[in-house]
Amino acid sequence: MSDQEPEVASEEVAPTGPEPSPQQHFRSRFGGISGGLAPVITTIIAFLMGGLVVLLTGKNPWHVYKAVFKGTGLNWFFHVGNHHARIPFSAHKMWFPWDTASVAAGNLQQTLLLTTPIILTALALAFAFRCGLFNIGGQGQYIAGTIFAVWLGTSFVHLNPLLHVVLCLVAGTLAGAAWAGIAGILKATVGAHEVVSTIMLNWIAYWVGSYLFGEGGPLQGSQAFIPISNDIADGAKLPVFWGSALLQGLSIGIFIAVAILFVYWILINRTTLGFEVRAVGFNPEAARYGGVSVARNYFLAMAISGGFAGLAGALDITGWEYHIGESDIQASTIGFTGLAAALLGRNTALGVGLASLLFGALINGTSGRQLDPSIFRPDLAGNLTTIIQGLVILFVGLNLGGIGLWLKKRRKPA
Amino acid sequence: MADAPLLELRAITKRFPGVLANDDVNFDLRRSEVHALLGENGAGKSTLMNILYGLYTPDTGEILLDGKHIDLGSTKAAIEHGIGMVHQHFMLIPVMTVAENIVLATEPRHLGVLLDYDAARKRVRELSERYGLAVDPDARIDRITVGQQQRVEILKALYRGAEILILDEPTAVLTPQEAQELFGIIRSLKSQGKSIIFITHKLNEVLDIADRITTLRRGVVVDTIPAAGATEEGLARMMVGREVLLRVDKHASSPGAPLLQVENLSVIDDRGLEAVRDVTFEVRGGEIVGLAGVDANGQSELIDAIAGLRRPASGRVVVDGHDLTHADAREALEAGIGHIPEDRHRRGLVLPFSLTENIALHGYRTPPNSRNGFLNLGAMLERARRLLKEFDVRGGQPSTPAGALSGGNQQKVVLAREIDSDPKVLIAAQPTRGLDVGAIEFVHRRLVEQRDAGRAVFLVSLELEEILSLSDRILVIYEGRIVGEFPPTATEEELGFAMTGGKREEAA
Repeated sequence: MSDQEPEVASEEVAPTGPEPSPQQHFRSRFGGISGGLAPVITTIIAFLMGGLVVLLTGKNPWHVYKAVFKGTGLNWFFHVGNHHARIPFSAHKMWFPWDTASVAAGNLQQTLLLTTPIILTALALAFAFRCGLFNIGGQGQYIAGTIFAVWLGTSFVHLNPLLHVVLCLVAGTLAGAAWAGIAGILKATVGAHEVVSTIMLNWIAYWVGSYLFGEGGPLQGSQAFIPISNDIADGAKLPVFWGSALLQGLSIGIFIAVAILFVYWILINRTTLGFEVRAVGFNPEAARYGGVSVARNYFLAMAISGGFAGLAGALDITGWEYHIGESDIQASTIGFTGLAAALLGRNTALGVGLASLLFGALINGTSGRQLDPSIFRPDLAGNLTTIIQGLVILFVGLNLGGIGLWLKKRRKPA
Repeated sequence: MADAPLLELRAITKRFPGVLANDDVNFDLRRSEVHALLGENGAGKSTLMNILYGLYTPDTGEILLDGKHIDLGSTKAAIEHGIGMVHQHFMLIPVMTVAENIVLATEPRHLGVLLDYDAARKRVRELSERYGLAVDPDARIDRITVGQQQRVEILKALYRGAEILILDEPTAVLTPQEAQELFGIIRSLKSQGKSIIFITHKLNEVLDIADRITTLRRGVVVDTIPAAGATEEGLARMMVGREVLLRVDKHASSPGAPLLQVENLSVIDDRGLEAVRDVTFEVRGGEIVGLAGVDANGQSELIDAIAGLRRPASGRVVVDGHDLTHADAREALEAGIGHIPEDRHRRGLVLPFSLTENIALHGYRTPPNSRNGFLNLGAMLERARRLLKEFDVRGGQPSTPAGALSGGNQQKVVLAREIDSDPKVLIAAQPTRGLDVGAIEFVHRRLVEQRDAGRAVFLVSLELEEILSLSDRILVIYEGRIVGEFPPTATEEELGFAMTGGKREEAA
């Protein structure tokens, strides 16, 4: 018999917590800030390594990055002064701290135009990801959206303008949703892996688009031998509120994209649908036990994701491109830029917004139009963007937490 | 017993951020001894053993082997010093044979590159004969039982020259019969000079197998005592720090109308085999019916069929007059089935979800938790706060992820959710698996409360002791059939015999 009389602990005594594993420690210490810090570190490292590449070409990375930054138009915010701005869609002017007609303003319009579809294709990945699905079909869903926007935008030319543009956006969204929905149905019914099916759907969209707008295709424009569609009707164009519509000014599409970021946040965090999607994403078996239909959620998550990407395509057409050509479809990589933005933004609404702005700015800042060739060759600069994008994906995949854990294990006490 | 200790851990302290996992712990092991390390979940047992096996480095303290200081910076160093560990979750390669698994990484070779399989098989056979661990060296790991896999793990450690064996909760995965066989093996190892550290939180096992017992509580050694003369009550008090009721306190049942009726139910399992065969029984309001059986005799499939998670092949399931035979999980929940699943990690909880979200896992789609498809976070939070308090869930706020809680507290969350949804029928599958004495007492008390509140409780457990102490009637399942019904006064032997197919229709 034990003679030890342990002190009688009262019920109120602090609980013995679970014995945390080192991973949990690391997460508790790093995880709290990893929401914001890890992506920032990831980005900094990617930029430093991009700088090394610049150095290898014999150029000064500091000058190159400065020139790129200037090209993004983000320097616009730093030049505060006494200016006047036209109130959008009216003849009136009002006082404004920034010059809305400067070169930087034009650059910023470009950056925001590029950011718009990146936000939405990133959400296409993020939403599915929350359901445990890896939707890399954003590219194909985007193409589906552009096809329907062009088709409807070039038809019904006498429709009421508001109705026409809304029709184009809704049709583009539904087209993207249907395209992704195919992968969703295949996943839900026969368990076909969404990565495989969305990649194949990407290629189908690519070739269907190439056929439709190509030489002799049904949506090829009235100019013979030029594989480009007609411009959509004026009524199907989104209003441009900053800059000139002829010079690719900024349309209200950016506000639609930002609004969709809010919709995404509410959908995920505040609705029963989001609750189900997240439950299925974390633990499908527990969700099923909780009375959630896993198959239904797989389908819905894919369809909603595809809707985001389809809307991205429709916004590009109605916002500034107005037409599309065979080569545009074949050259576009917007779906994959969105993928990088979603990964960097950790599938949160705010993160996706910021990461999309980063990539939009980077693409614009390194484009041939913006970058002075004497500082850095623009064709190389475009590759710099790709390098930084790739590094970001690599680092996010690497999981900084894992590295920290490894370092910790290496470190022996003195 | 031997004189100087073979192994000594002196003044070991290990701190994790926010937790003092081991606080000035002293522990020693003599040659040819079984030394049990007893403690609740989270008491610091695993941390201490992971230090001994070279997985963690202690903040302070030292380890002595044969009186000499040793450095254990890695598991490799531990193995070289003759320390072997059998983890709770086995580390075997399922598609390889027993012999291949045992010799892995130190294989006998032909010409330096080719596996000399015959030599491997021979050595495995020698080892298994020497220590009385019967295994077939040519069997594939995924074709043998869990008990046999554990033997393979032990053989693996012996093959690598282990003199000291650490067994981490070795009986957690075993049936009662397999546990007895394991104890036989431990005794045989002991008689051949091996020293064994036996980690557990099960009191009866400790008294059965150990020579000495060290109890840890919150990272501190409470005491080290000889097993001879120790009692379960005394050990429980040392572990938990207060008096613990080991026996369930309950009145006689007063069964009412049948709330769960299962008629001629047959269920096909994932492999397409008939796992449940023509099962008929009922559970009345106000009684606990226990289902005893060896693992994998159709219990899981039977529960799934009742809970709407698996379509029965034939037969009927009726809950309070409603036919639920073809219901899905949602319909079963709405008809009044509460279900404490056997695996809380796989099914019962969404571990990354907050406690609030886990508590709303069934109710999220109805008011007040949500309206018109929008969640009402305030109502969800209020319910979580109330239940966490009512069920004494510790170590977490409503916003804490469920994965951060200890097993006992996780189970309390599941229990709270299922009981609070006011079910007519409560299915409790292995409700105390992996829990320590304090938490087991809590769960048992709550189940009896449910019975007394007039609910039908269907208890499925692999622990005969649990079945015997809680049930008002006991059914025994064997190969998918109910092979007998027993009163709670039945003995473990009677039940054990029926569970292994010994007799049929042995009426009370």
